[in-house]
Amino acid sequence: MHSTINDATLVRKYISGDERAIEELINKHNQRLSSYIYSKVQDMSVTEDIFQDTFIKVISTLKRGAYNEEGKFLPWVMRIAHNLIIDHFRRNKRMPKYKGNKEFNIFSVLTDDKLNAEKQLIKDQIDQDLEVLIEQLPKDQRDVLIMRIYQDMSFNEIAENTEVSINTALGRMRYALINLRKIIEKNQIVLTN
Amino acid sequence: MEQIYSSPATHCKLISTRKEAVNFLLNYSKSLEIHKVQGMTIENNLN
Repeated sequence: MHSTINDATLVRKYISGDERAIEELINKHNQRLSSYIYSKVQDMSVTEDIFQDTFIKVISTLKRGAYNEEGKFLPWVMRIAHNLIIDHFRRNKRMPKYKGNKEFNIFSVLTDDKLNAEKQLIKDQIDQDLEVLIEQLPKDQRDVLIMRIYQDMSFNEIAENTEVSINTALGRMRYALINLRKIIEKNQIVLTN
Repeated sequence: MEQIYSSPATHCKLISTRKEAVNFLLNYSKSLEIHKVQGMTIENNLN
């Protein structure tokens, strides 16, 4: 049951130190203010945050004695809430927040490039196996393959580094891959992730 | 007609903020003290 005392009287009582008056004011206007905020933001937790922030400003202003009694209490509170709603949307415009629902799953557009723990373990194992296989290649082919794959060098750079022509470097890379496949087939190794 | 009144019915939902949130405000109010010292207003929260 809400108070029948008017807002101006409750405000005066609160300013003079009666804490029950603010409780009556909050309860009296709770539904109206919450519904107004909710109609704009369409989110219950955001509504409650804005509701709280609104009354924190109200309490602070009343306690500081900065409230202008000429104005009406509820329109003043609604104006504070309205400004906080605008602040909320401004903040969200700078940093948009997306939520999933029944029709739209946010994870269908958000991807995580990282492997999960199991796949990472498999990848590490494959990398280790591959290093052992590469060790079995002839040195000239192994060097080209390591420079190209692990050191990310261009064939031009590899050619300069190994003092051979670019065609020789390309040829060594080709043979390195052919021989690597042969070793894999011969040992019946499965390298998959 | 349906196309004219296309906004969802939930836009007019009547809701109230939970008792817990209201209690927070009441505690905030009780713990807030305002001091005026040499023309300056100082807010002090005892929580």
